[in-house]
Amino acid sequence: MVGIVSYGGYVPRRRLNRMSVIQEMGWYIPALMMVANGERSMCNWDEDSLTMAVASARDCISGFDKSKIDGIFLATTTPPFADRQNSGIVATALNLREDIVTADFASSLKSGTTALISAVEALKSGEKKNVLVAASDHRRTKSASFYEMWFGDGSASLLLGNENVIAEYKGSFSLSLDFVDHYRGESQKFDYTWEERWIRDEGYAKIIPQAVNGLFKKYGITIKDVAKVVYPCFISREHKGIAKKIGASKEQVVDNMHEVTGETGAAHPLLMLTAALEQSKPGDKIVVASFGQGSDALLFEVTEHITKLAPRRGVKGSLENRKEEASYAKFLKFNDLINAETGIRAEAATQTALTTLWRNKKMILGFVGGKCKKCGTVQYPKTNVCVNPKCNAFHTQEDYEFSDKEAKVMSFTGDYLAVSVEPPVLYGMVQFDGGGRTLLDFTDCDLENVQVGQTMKLSFRKKYYDKDRGFTGYFWKAILK
Amino acid sequence: MSTGIKDKVAIIGMGCTKFGERWDAGAEDLMVEAFEEAIADAGIEKNQIQAAWLSDCFEEIHIGKSALPLSLTLRLPNIPATRVENFCASGTEAFRGAVYAVASGACDIALALGVEKLKDIGYGGLPNSGSNSGSLNWLWMPNLTAPGAFAQLATAYAAKYKYSIDDLKRVLAHVSVKSHANGALNPKAHLRTPITEDQAISSPMVAHPLGLYDCCGVSDGAAAAIVTTPEIAKKLGKKDLVTVKALQLALSNGEEVQFNEWDSTYFVSTSKASVVAYKEAGIKDPRKEISMMELHDCFSITELITYEDLGISPRGGAPKDVLDGFFDLKGGGVPAQVDGGLKCFGHPIGASGLRMLYEMYLQLHGRADQRQLKDPKLGLTHNLGGFPFMNVVSIAIVGKEGV
Repeated sequence: MVGIVSYGGYVPRRRLNRMSVIQEMGWYIPALMMVANGERSMCNWDEDSLTMAVASARDCISGFDKSKIDGIFLATTTPPFADRQNSGIVATALNLREDIVTADFASSLKSGTTALISAVEALKSGEKKNVLVAASDHRRTKSASFYEMWFGDGSASLLLGNENVIAEYKGSFSLSLDFVDHYRGESQKFDYTWEERWIRDEGYAKIIPQAVNGLFKKYGITIKDVAKVVYPCFISREHKGIAKKIGASKEQVVDNMHEVTGETGAAHPLLMLTAALEQSKPGDKIVVASFGQGSDALLFEVTEHITKLAPRRGVKGSLENRKEEASYAKFLKFNDLINAETGIRAEAATQTALTTLWRNKKMILGFVGGKCKKCGTVQYPKTNVCVNPKCNAFHTQEDYEFSDKEAKVMSFTGDYLAVSVEPPVLYGMVQFDGGGRTLLDFTDCDLENVQVGQTMKLSFRKKYYDKDRGFTGYFWKAILK
Repeated sequence: MSTGIKDKVAIIGMGCTKFGERWDAGAEDLMVEAFEEAIADAGIEKNQIQAAWLSDCFEEIHIGKSALPLSLTLRLPNIPATRVENFCASGTEAFRGAVYAVASGACDIALALGVEKLKDIGYGGLPNSGSNSGSLNWLWMPNLTAPGAFAQLATAYAAKYKYSIDDLKRVLAHVSVKSHANGALNPKAHLRTPITEDQAISSPMVAHPLGLYDCCGVSDGAAAAIVTTPEIAKKLGKKDLVTVKALQLALSNGEEVQFNEWDSTYFVSTSKASVVAYKEAGIKDPRKEISMMELHDCFSITELITYEDLGISPRGGAPKDVLDGFFDLKGGGVPAQVDGGLKCFGHPIGASGLRMLYEMYLQLHGRADQRQLKDPKLGLTHNLGGFPFMNVVSIAIVGKEGV
């Protein structure tokens, strides 16, 4: 049996109240009011599609033996690198084995479901045993646009395997159509979009039913056999309209999450599927369809193992970890949509020595430290000489992973002098449970909520962006537990 | 068996520029200004100097690499000259080079000169090095500044000794008020305006919980010392010699930031260097024997904690001494930051260690005008370069010959 073994979700903690856009820009496009209900998720300034993918992937594989993962597929339309394999960065951050297949699925909103199909096919062939699929998107939009309102940021990951399957893969049906509702040309920051009415009537309303019905026909089932149907459509009224076209009841249709996150691009079908799995019981059949130059429709059947999957953050937990952001200006600043003064201090050199990064990739991207074979002391980073003053042995360090360890704050500050997108910069020294300590930037927390003794955990984040060279540097930061 | 440096070397001349935002002067002008005062004070000719040490820290923003800027600027007679850099301990490092050269007999008279021209970068605070801070450091060290690095001492100290941040800030305010009062008496100081505790407490936040008045000045300046042996000094007609009693350095080895013991409320290196320095100087009870101190008060919290690391105050006892006025100019204890400290005299990094010695030298010769203490015998200077969790510490003790 091949199918989903585990799921994980990640939605950034910040949620932009859509009314804040109306408050600032309603005078400019009053019609935005039509889609201003609820809130959309927004990346912190140090998050992007890659950091979110790492977060959902970590959630997904928690409790599993990651040394068994022999492939990782990353689906996103917003990869930080056009040429440097983004899935390879995720694999390094997760400290996966090196002898695995990594692949980026890109350039279409259906890339998430296509990655899923490719993963199950790799498993069915017997070539692979466990493949991790991460889908993530952080799409930039112009200020005061409908897409700014419709879109959200987020990620979902699914671990596919053939043991302890929680949702068996039953089959898929794909359509490949060069329907260009939007596109983003090379070197363009924003999508160019055609009229929404056409996208709605000729796109969503036709293509998704065609894919879902194609799946039904191929496997000889009807909508009555299905417990839940997952498909995206940011136009909420049309999302309901599609249900009618495929004959699905209100109870069968999984919410498009417009009011809680907005549409998360290539991740959205997987995010909605994860939300559906969280509420499923053994025997439920779930259809998941995507939209983007055609559609992939997949059929899964939930097994009794779903009751045994250890609790995880998933979508539910991600939605609960929420901070309302009422400042539209912060959304603009975080997404580099306003040119705010940064001062000469921000003009410091930002070059990355790729030789240094290569030698230290485990330390930097994987947060791997060392453990002394002689005295057992753990430390970060791993060094040639053990830090224990009673040992100080040379060349005794073995790899020691810190990324899942909790830590206590020993000292901290909120720095208003350091260059930052959102001052003050919080950082401090943390002591890991089980030993080891280091200085770390803190993120996703407010100065008034930090104190000495506070328990923290680690999160993979953007550390810097080198504007001159287009290079994003990643490292780990501490967040409140 | 080492015998230490005590009384092997005498300071025969010192100079120090006015510190501050010296828009009028480049590093070369500052070097000349400090040197002219020092050589006049020593009463020797330039060609009697046989070796020289130059210190600075951010050479990339002013003089560039090597000791050539010193040799070129002063037109030294092709003598050995060496540039040293060890963060904020750089000035004391230059002094150490000159003192050791004389003590070893390698030369008779040596010059140490420290300079820093910080105000040519176009923004406040110390230069932001970015990826030039080290190719690996850049990839993982927090986005920290000096105030933020040291502010962490305050949050940890408050937690350990059960102070509220407000109560600790009142103690720190007293530290700064005292230094401003001293600086106001010093015509060469960068900041010469007295402040009140309330002003210090309510100043704008720089790095929680440190406000503007918890931070030292960022200044331009230079200072210089000319040293020789006591015997030669006497032959040159010098009386009431000021001699070097101890000169110590201690560097972190990564335990603070990587091992599981240090608690962020003290400096490992200062605690170790002070013990060795007192032994070298033959000091048994520093609280009673030290007449005055110039400590590395880059931030008020650094000064507070350093009182304890030097064994002047017991662990956790510095706040009481501070509030009792023990470190005030006329407090009857051990006056600290007599010239205003880094806080008010200013902090041109490579010059600071030598500037501290300059004040000790003036005091020991009775030339400190309004700041003059009654009959000081031993003065201690202390520099701390780097960060609380990883640093370079220098301690120098100077005093009257024979004490």
